[in-house]
Amino acid sequence: MAITVARPKRNWRERLYLPAIAAGMVITIKHFKNTIFGRTKVTMQYPEEKWDSSLPEHYRGAPALVRDTDGRVRCVACQLCEFICPPRAIKIIPGEIPSTDRFAKVEKYPEEFDIDMVRCIFCGMCEEVCPEQAIFLRKDYAITGFTREEMVHDKDKLLEIGGVMHGVVLKWNEKK
Amino acid sequence: MSPILFWFFALLMLVFGAAVVVNRNPIASALNLVVSFLGLAALFMSLDAFFIGIIQVLVYAGAVMVLFLFIIMLLDLRAERLRKINWVASAGGVAVALALLVQIFYVIGHLTFSKQTFPPLARSEIDDVHNIGLLLFGNYNLPFQIIGVLVLVATIGAVLLSKRERR
Amino acid sequence: MNVFFITTSLLKIIGMIFVVILPMVSYAVYAERRVSALIQDRLGPNRVGPAGLFQPIADAAKFLFKEDFTPAQVNKFYYWLAPCLAMVPAITTIAVVPFGSTLLGVPMVIADINVGILYVFAISSLGVYGIVLAGWASNSKYPFLGGVRSSSQMISYELSLGLAVIPVFLLVGNLRLTNVVRYQIENGWMIAPFIGDWANLGKWLLAIPMITSFFVFTIAVFAETNRLPFDLPEAEQELAGGYHTEYSSMKFALFFLGEYAAMITGSAIIVTLFLGGWHLPLPSLHGGFHWLVVDGTAPGWRGVVGGLFNIATFFVKVAALLFMFMWVRWTLPRFRYDQLMRLGWLFFFEIALVNIFIVAGILAYFQF
Ligand code: SF4
Ligand code: SF4
Repeated sequence: MAITVARPKRNWRERLYLPAIAAGMVITIKHFKNTIFGRTKVTMQYPEEKWDSSLPEHYRGAPALVRDTDGRVRCVACQLCEFICPPRAIKIIPGEIPSTDRFAKVEKYPEEFDIDMVRCIFCGMCEEVCPEQAIFLRKDYAITGFTREEMVHDKDKLLEIGGVMHGVVLKWNEKK
Repeated sequence: MSPILFWFFALLMLVFGAAVVVNRNPIASALNLVVSFLGLAALFMSLDAFFIGIIQVLVYAGAVMVLFLFIIMLLDLRAERLRKINWVASAGGVAVALALLVQIFYVIGHLTFSKQTFPPLARSEIDDVHNIGLLLFGNYNLPFQIIGVLVLVATIGAVLLSKRERR
Repeated sequence: MNVFFITTSLLKIIGMIFVVILPMVSYAVYAERRVSALIQDRLGPNRVGPAGLFQPIADAAKFLFKEDFTPAQVNKFYYWLAPCLAMVPAITTIAVVPFGSTLLGVPMVIADINVGILYVFAISSLGVYGIVLAGWASNSKYPFLGGVRSSSQMISYELSLGLAVIPVFLLVGNLRLTNVVRYQIENGWMIAPFIGDWANLGKWLLAIPMITSFFVFTIAVFAETNRLPFDLPEAEQELAGGYHTEYSSMKFALFFLGEYAAMITGSAIIVTLFLGGWHLPLPSLHGGFHWLVVDGTAPGWRGVVGGLFNIATFFVKVAALLFMFMWVRWTLPRFRYDQLMRLGWLFFFEIALVNIFIVAGILAYFQF
């Protein structure tokens, strides 16, 4: 049902509007003054000032592959992340580890591992699903490029971003 | 002022004045009339009648024509553009205009003082506005007041007519 | 008409347009963006050049290189004519405004005609054609509404504009703008007629209608230049930009700059009529206390410095008024259309009218 909202009755001072206008002008000039003298917090001036140092621990930046302390690429090319990735940003071509290798029992390794950063939505599903603690979301966020090809992170790039991860489970040790 | 300028502005006036009549598009006509007024104002100014010239622009070009334009734009005058020209009527109109022109030429040609050249007017030291004010409120005070009353009556009439009826 | 007069006039015209008005217009746009940002707790454009000072140049380059698109259904000739008509009157008006005293014996006004203020009104009343034509030629509904609104608004507020200056001329007795400035130097500014004649009660009484007049005039200038709170012809939210919706690139820029040019000339006229023009009262202490008039009549370099100082004074005043324009714009919301019309016809018109009688009464009673 339609409701008619009664207009408030105003007295003559309110209807003159001048006091209200003057008050408004005072408010805006106060803001003006405070901003000029730097007393108001304003937007961060991005390229000069960055938030990097105060990024929280749980920040989800670009996904990256990591090595462990032995220098092994931890990914075993199980392709779980490829399947879970909502926008299908990940493309993996698995390869077989030769039996002479120190980690031959791992059997598979990613021959190619591409993440299309145009598609990636930084959801962190890959990190969550990975049984090998091989893919992590790091704190890089300024991912830019001039072409679509440049925006595809290949394995080298991913490893470069990822670096070495300490304190993860080392379940493929020879002793185990 | 140089005769070149006189001819230029006179021609401007005439050409755009003619365009007002010839144009089928009311807006274009109105704008042509504005240009014509500007030419007229320039002619007045060339005679050192700054006040009249400026008032010409201010009142006619600036206010009256804006109102005209305003009204024309609100009306849908597309029909006017499509209407066929009535050749008989326009021929008659041209004939009347020509007759008037011939008459004016004839009359002016026979006036003796239209042949002599007048000495240039002495430049007045007091400015136009002052002179006009003195004339209006001195010599022509009564007509001025009467016109004032007339305008007042017209204003009241307009207000009354446009007033919305209260139910 | 001698060579000297023609050269100095040409120099003044070129200097005024290319050295003063156009840069001032583009920097007014920059200032507007900075001021609005500061009022809204932002920083505004600060990237191009130091503190963003080259922003206007970048803007101009952008406007020049944008595609100049002409919609198919527009009335081509008038569509092209309208932006020019929007820009020209705003610049032409400045011709009669005295922007300084004298410099090397040349009066700092382009055309000192004896109907100065009428000239201003006449030319600025032509400014509406640009907008109306743009609205009509665009052949689209929002521009059209903008054009119609603009014409009715301009007609309505021209009345208050015209009536509000009459008190000034009742005092001066002359329509020549240089005389208005002279009068203010001798008798105190129009908004403070009591200066220099402190004991005179009449002058103090006179200040009341003169300040009213100043306010009515300023508000009418706001309406004439389509500035908020009177920017109904281009109201972004309801008319999608109003009369310039269909314009792009440099043609749009012309409308934009025309609006700012009109703002600058409007401020220049307010300064001339009410705020003492190029005059800055400086207290001079030798030979008793009186106001020192600096102008360009002194011989040698002192005259040049004085003349330049006057020009600077004038433009500082104009800039201050421009700041006020911006301050108001970023404070007040837009009026509704009927409120705007009511305000114009039922308040400002009446106030200005009554004001004339009050000033005339004071003048007749106190005889000065
Ligand atoms: S990153 Fe993890 S989930 Fe993805 S393929 Fe490698 S091991 Fe499997
Ligand atoms: S973060 Fe999400 S979108 Fe990006 S690669 Fe991992 S699963 Fe795919």
